[in-house]
Amino acid sequence: MNESANTVSSTERALGESTIELRQMHKWYGEFHVLRDINLDVKSGERIVVCGPSGSGKSTMIRCINRLEEHQQGDIIVNGTELTNDLKNIEAVRREVGMVFQHFNLFPHLTVLENCTLAPIWVRKQPKAEAEAIAMKYLERVKIPEQAGKYPGQLSGGQQQRVAIARSLCMSPKVMLFDEPTSALDPEMIKEVLDVMIELAQEGMTMICVTHEMGFAKTVADRVIFMDEGQIIEENVPEEFFNNPQSERTQLFLSQILAH
Amino acid sequence: MSATASTAQPSLFAKLWYDKNNRSIVVQILATIVLIWFFGSMVLNAVINLEAQGRGFSFAFLEQPASYDINQHLIPYSSRSSHLQAMWVGIINTLLVAVAGIILSTILGFTLGVLRLSKNWLVNKLAYVYIEYVRNVPVLLHILLIHGIIVHSLPRTKEAWNLLSDTAFISNRGLFMPSPEFLPMFKFVLAAFIGAIVFAWLFRRFARSLQARTGTQLPVFWVSVLAIIGLPVIAFIATGHPINWEYPTLKGFNFQGGAVIRPEFLALWLALSLYTAAFIAENVRAGILAIDHGQTEASMALGLPRNRTLNLVVIPQALRVIVPPLSSQYLNLAKNSSLAIAIGYMDVTATIGGISLNQTGRAMECMILVMAIYLIISLTISGIMNYYNKRIALVER
Amino acid sequence: MEEMIPKKQYAPGEHPEMPPPFKTKGAGLWLQQNLFSSPTNIVLSILAIYFLYKMLPGLLEWSLLDAAFTGSDRNECRAKAGGACWAFISERLPLFTYGFYPAEERWRVDLSFLFLVISAVALLWEKCPLRKPLMVFAVFFPFIAAFLLLGGNGVKLMVVLACTAVVLLLLYRGFSSAFMMVLALVVAVLAKYAFFGGIGVPFTDIHATQLVDLNQFTQLNLKTVSTDLFGGFMLTLIIGVTGIAFSLPLGVLLALGRQSNLPIIKYSCVVFIEFIRGVPLITLLFVASTMLSFFLPPGTTFNLLVRVLIMVTLFASAYMAEVVRGGLQALPKGQTEAADALGLKYGPAMRLIVLPQALKISIPSIVNTFIGLYKDSVLVIVIGLLDPLGIGRASLSSTEWNGLTNEVYLFVALFFFVSCYGMSRYSLYLENKLHTGHKR
Repeated sequence: MNESANTVSSTERALGESTIELRQMHKWYGEFHVLRDINLDVKSGERIVVCGPSGSGKSTMIRCINRLEEHQQGDIIVNGTELTNDLKNIEAVRREVGMVFQHFNLFPHLTVLENCTLAPIWVRKQPKAEAEAIAMKYLERVKIPEQAGKYPGQLSGGQQQRVAIARSLCMSPKVMLFDEPTSALDPEMIKEVLDVMIELAQEGMTMICVTHEMGFAKTVADRVIFMDEGQIIEENVPEEFFNNPQSERTQLFLSQILAH
Repeated sequence: MSATASTAQPSLFAKLWYDKNNRSIVVQILATIVLIWFFGSMVLNAVINLEAQGRGFSFAFLEQPASYDINQHLIPYSSRSSHLQAMWVGIINTLLVAVAGIILSTILGFTLGVLRLSKNWLVNKLAYVYIEYVRNVPVLLHILLIHGIIVHSLPRTKEAWNLLSDTAFISNRGLFMPSPEFLPMFKFVLAAFIGAIVFAWLFRRFARSLQARTGTQLPVFWVSVLAIIGLPVIAFIATGHPINWEYPTLKGFNFQGGAVIRPEFLALWLALSLYTAAFIAENVRAGILAIDHGQTEASMALGLPRNRTLNLVVIPQALRVIVPPLSSQYLNLAKNSSLAIAIGYMDVTATIGGISLNQTGRAMECMILVMAIYLIISLTISGIMNYYNKRIALVER
Repeated sequence: MEEMIPKKQYAPGEHPEMPPPFKTKGAGLWLQQNLFSSPTNIVLSILAIYFLYKMLPGLLEWSLLDAAFTGSDRNECRAKAGGACWAFISERLPLFTYGFYPAEERWRVDLSFLFLVISAVALLWEKCPLRKPLMVFAVFFPFIAAFLLLGGNGVKLMVVLACTAVVLLLLYRGFSSAFMMVLALVVAVLAKYAFFGGIGVPFTDIHATQLVDLNQFTQLNLKTVSTDLFGGFMLTLIIGVTGIAFSLPLGVLLALGRQSNLPIIKYSCVVFIEFIRGVPLITLLFVASTMLSFFLPPGTTFNLLVRVLIMVTLFASAYMAEVVRGGLQALPKGQTEAADALGLKYGPAMRLIVLPQALKISIPSIVNTFIGLYKDSVLVIVIGLLDPLGIGRASLSSTEWNGLTNEVYLFVALFFFVSCYGMSRYSLYLENKLHTGHKR
């Protein structure tokens, strides 16, 4: 998929300093050890794709980055702010990190425009008119400005997900997290969402993306991370990862996912 | 704290307020202080006020003679009995009307709910009118209305309606029925009845295992009904009618002998049951309608006949929807039984929370007792219903 | 039929429409399908018709055909007709409506009722003209109505209205959780002093107003009417509307408290809710009438009606809390997660995202709770307040109307039936309208 799109390889771009750092991070659900010794360093402008079988902890890991889940051991540092119990820090991190969910999680009682302006008005304390202008700009970028007055329930899945992306962009985040953004979509709608994401990547947005879209990974990723049973098993540039996987589990996973 | 921005030492306020764990502790301590303050001043005021009246907080009055009469008591009671005994009589009367009401309202409610879904236009609309009328009028009015009809519109004792040729009478003093006296031989009838139930249970198990092994289906329902009714009847005849009936007879102004259901109980029981039945009917209807039509269609498509579709597919699913609201209807019924006080049925509110309270002036102690009793009854009912709910949920999964 | 249609092949889309070969209309068919479709149905229909035949004529005769609508006492009724004696109701209608409210001041009750209707229409009818300003009016309505009904000094009303406006403005503008805590503490302290000593009950005896020379506002004063004179349908409406207006916000707070992850907050809400739901309302009313004075500082008394209103509000708020909790639980978890991810704090997230949706889901149940509360208001007769039922029972003991219990009860029942049936139809209409779930 998307082979026609420009390949924006990592090698020729200069990456900035670390934006997200995970150091020896562990997480438990009760007795269950979901994340084990996660180490990850994401540079500014870097695009990372996380893949792995279901239940491997991919979603949990990126949900830790904006503290939707709490980690119990190790450090997470986002934009120089460490995530602890300090609510000020959590708020600061969430202001700078946008997130797109598998099920969109748009607010059904608000119009598309209101969905987009809600956080800028209440969190960034922008004036309404300014927030609306910015929202329209991003809605145009995701190619649905004409839907601004509609309610999410009136849109298709692909359109809803694009609204969700615009909603996150309205906060002008430094990092975007994507939690399986295309998994709940019908096949013909996946492309319209991926196109928006590719465009975003080309503009230099720092992205961490949990997805099974291997085409997308090949096109835009600087690094592909493979996770299984709560651990990062393998980490490599896309060409190496797909053509020359190191561990057996990665090989097995790739053979299953690319079999048909 | 923070990796880069921790150069300045955070203030105490920031430490307490912006740390998630500390904040929750601070908030809870504040809440505790407010709660203690509020209830503390209530208790303190109560102590001061009671002392000003020259009496402490004590339940000793429960031992004193109640010196009032209660016309319906299932345990020994006279006006010389203690307030405690009066309270027990009240509790038993409350439980009696609550349990009787729950049974009757369940039967009526399920019947009405099914009638409400009937394809028969007339029956459907009649059930609708009944349910809407009953639901939208306060239960206290139903109680008073039914009590009024019994007391004012039924004949006096002398002209009591004679039901079943001199065995039972109904008048504005209540329903008079013969009371049974069990002869020693009756235990065989009882044994036959228990035996029949055991037999029916064993037969059901046998039929199940037979069906599992060979696929043969036995008429379990009809065999069980036949056994449970037939065996005791045979035993009853064989042992020579081991029950003596004591019939009520009119002597002077009232009936003597036999058993009586008093108009207060009758009115309360009927009113509570009829009222709650309307709500249960709506729950039943909603529960059955909540089952996706696809379920019935799938079952029919598999070739299951109509009654099996109901038994095996619709009812198990509908029950899961019906039971939770059903339990809150039972709770309401039990609590509404406290309206007995309006027509003089001596339940726990009318005895310990009414006459005893007025006689001794111990409002606080009496109200605490009454509330505690209702809380225990409510918790028991919801406990039983939760248990039942869990069971049917498990059966389903 | 077959001869009329020529047998030929039609091109797609050109086949003429044909009538079905069986009957689809007609009274006979309707009867057959709806009343006599199967043996069971035939039996049921015959039973139903027999039941109606037995009940309806007698009921009609008693209540309408053979009833007396005029007359000055029971005997006159009996002389005129053998059925119901409605003359009693028509004669006592003012009493049933206003209780013992002084006749020359009853315009105030009528005016409050008019305001109530306006507020209700604005709140319930979405296409109401001028809805926005009328809804603002509806928010202030309880205070205006209280002033109209009780009478007294107009300045107090102004103060109360201003305070409400400020609080609402703050709510609308949004405020931090720290501010909310401080506000809650201040309210708790005020409540503590108001109910259990210290300064007087706020807004019934404001010290600040004494600083102002009240005489210049005399034209705003209304004659004070004691709440002992309140009664009849007016009392029912007062209890119902007060309970509705105050139990909903309290219920929302309790529901949020019950969802809280702070154990002390959570369990105090749970204990409160389960306690209130576990005891009958009349025991709470008994507490209000006999026991509450024990918990107040020596010498404090306050109005029985106020005590009853507080108890009814607390009672209803526990049920409301459970209804709202149902709505909160029905909301997908993703909604709060998305709010968190956008960086919204607890207050705005609840106010902007969670509550609007949760309340919308639970509107039908909220209306049902209101109906229950409204019906429960008749229970105040057990502590001696004169609602319609109380008025009726008191009137029955007068010599000229003795013994007309059925008429009184049926009349009051009719009143409740009409208002509650109306409300339940409205809730049904909402239920059918609110099918904008979370479809994916």
